[in-house]
Amino acid sequence: MEKYILPNIPNYHKIDVYEQHGGYAALKKALQMKPDEVIDEVKKSGLRGRGGACFPTGLKWSFMPKGNDKPKYLAVNGDESEPGTFKDRQIFEFNPHMMIEGIIIGCYAMGITSAYIYIRGEYRKWIKMVDGALADAYAKGYIGENILGTGFTTNIYTHCGAGAYICGEESALMNSLEGERGYPRVKPPFPAQKGLWGMPTTINNVETMANVPLILNKGYDWYSKIGVAKHPGPILVGISGHVNKPGVYEVPTGVPLLTLINDPQYGGGVPNGKKIKAVIPGGSSTMVLRGENLEGVNMDADSLKAAGSSVGTAGLIVMDEDTDIVAVLARIAHFYHHESCGQCTPCREGTGWLEKMLHRFEHGEARQEDVEMLVEVANQIEGNTICALGDAAAWPVQSFVKRFREEFEKRVKVKEEVEAA
Amino acid sequence: MLPNMSLQEKSQKTAHPSGDNRFKLLDRAITKHQGRGDSLIEILHVAQGIFGYLENDLLIYVAHAIKLPISRVYGVATFYHFFNLKPNGEHTFVLCMGTACYVKGAEQIQNALEEHHHCKFGQTTKDNKVSFITARCVGSCGLAPVAVLDNAVVGKLTRDESIKRVEQMRNSVKATEQTVQEVVV
Ligand SMILES: Cc1cc2nc3c(=O)[nH]c(=O)nc-3n(C[C@H](O)[C@H](O)[C@H](O)COP(=O)(O)O)c2cc1C
Ligand code: SF4
Ligand code: FES
Repeated sequence: MEKYILPNIPNYHKIDVYEQHGGYAALKKALQMKPDEVIDEVKKSGLRGRGGACFPTGLKWSFMPKGNDKPKYLAVNGDESEPGTFKDRQIFEFNPHMMIEGIIIGCYAMGITSAYIYIRGEYRKWIKMVDGALADAYAKGYIGENILGTGFTTNIYTHCGAGAYICGEESALMNSLEGERGYPRVKPPFPAQKGLWGMPTTINNVETMANVPLILNKGYDWYSKIGVAKHPGPILVGISGHVNKPGVYEVPTGVPLLTLINDPQYGGGVPNGKKIKAVIPGGSSTMVLRGENLEGVNMDADSLKAAGSSVGTAGLIVMDEDTDIVAVLARIAHFYHHESCGQCTPCREGTGWLEKMLHRFEHGEARQEDVEMLVEVANQIEGNTICALGDAAAWPVQSFVKRFREEFEKRVKVKEEVEAA
Repeated sequence: MLPNMSLQEKSQKTAHPSGDNRFKLLDRAITKHQGRGDSLIEILHVAQGIFGYLENDLLIYVAHAIKLPISRVYGVATFYHFFNLKPNGEHTFVLCMGTACYVKGAEQIQNALEEHHHCKFGQTTKDNKVSFITARCVGSCGLAPVAVLDNAVVGKLTRDESIKRVEQMRNSVKATEQTVQEVVV
């Protein structure tokens, strides 16, 4: 299949090469349209956010107030910190202009004059690359004042994160951009009413923005026919763990997970012909699936939902038959505890409890009741917190225990030992 | 009492009176970033790049220079994992313990390094050459297991390769000058 976000064109990251292949034509087209028409086009395309929640992008844009009586902002989320996710980095490196073009179009559609690209601090090298691409786009008059003589003005800045997973959460990201600690904010008010510096703000993922020029170039109708109808478009899937060819692959939505794992074009199968024990389909927050239940499960929102998981960031982590499931969950639990910002008690305390209990399981010190208790603690966190990190910490625990209960029960201290102790 | 008040008073002038030229670099960054809403974090990045870590003294200097309460600067510096309030060794070996790296054997690498170099993760080797640090997913899962060695991502690590890399770091000469250049450009 043809690739749009990561095409095989040498030096596509350079502005001249990008232009030779039709780059910035979508911007020119958009600037001839009315802003509302652009939003409408994105709405009809069916594009859904690639940052984890699959929220319809056009709809999100339509929440922004009209008019220019106060400043409005766009924050582009390149914090990319969900374990198992490494796709936005490919865009920074190989196709930054498509993202930038998408950002300018988004700014035009929503009447925004300043956009920030928030990139995780560990990606310093890629921040420099994006800065270089921005400078080239400024030099060509695509960004800045009076863009292409249309009278529209917008500026784009990069911002370097400082190593906190929670800053990928949209309201924490805004606090971080304001130079504050990255604490999530209570919603409502939603960012479209009160966001950065109290002004209307839209937050979109890097990959989401890179899809926008495609829609404008070829029309919503063309775009909406890529992949599955309810979650269309090209999607970047990161495949890691026990596969022969880990990496980021661009596919239309709806490709079977087993194809992604086994096809020589993609993951190339599990090393040494081992069986798949478990798969996390969309980054560590999404619910784990058992290897034997992957038949008929595809990489799109509805299919994964039906299978009891979600697309998340499409970061597929494959675990072979030798993997210690309990130890993997213990690592995940450690991560969420470490990254909890501590504002809400269920999350701050609950993630700590989960980590401690899983440590006991890992070291053969858990009791039979602890299996239920794990789920109980996770249930107490889910839905009871300010931001979705709490849910993200609960889902792996709930799903690992539900789908691999025997692994946890095997690790329970046998009764005689308990009595002897 | 705040540590080193005298230094804070002195720092009212630009360029630190200690004669330490590194403050000139910092002042330049402060001038460049001032006025931007996110300037504090950007300036702390530069300060850490120049000095290696954020000493209390340095945080006070920054607070003063950009006219923010010290509590705010300290709060931000402690919130973000990227900022170190204590010095590291000359080199850093940051091992990713994210899910993908974990399933590809990051823990075995950790154990091998701790055993071979007699230093636990979270600590610095006795010769003060290498700090062993664990990290969350560094966004290079396709290369798992991954470590970040002095800011460079190294993927597909093995136990032997890791031990060798650390040996090289322990035998190398100081590299701080170069790092200073890199942050300032
Ligand atoms: C704890 C947490 C971390 C998140 N991290 C990221 C991230 O690194 N990148 C991202 O794009 N979205 C992340 N999100 C989702 C954002 O809050 C937001 O939904 C997304 O950026 C919206 O973009 P989209 O509509 O284009 O998908 C995170 C959410 C939570 C709760
Ligand atoms: S859910 Fe956790 S991370 Fe989110 S605001 Fe509450 S304590 Fe912070
Ligand atoms: S898990 Fe190690 S780089 Fe992602």
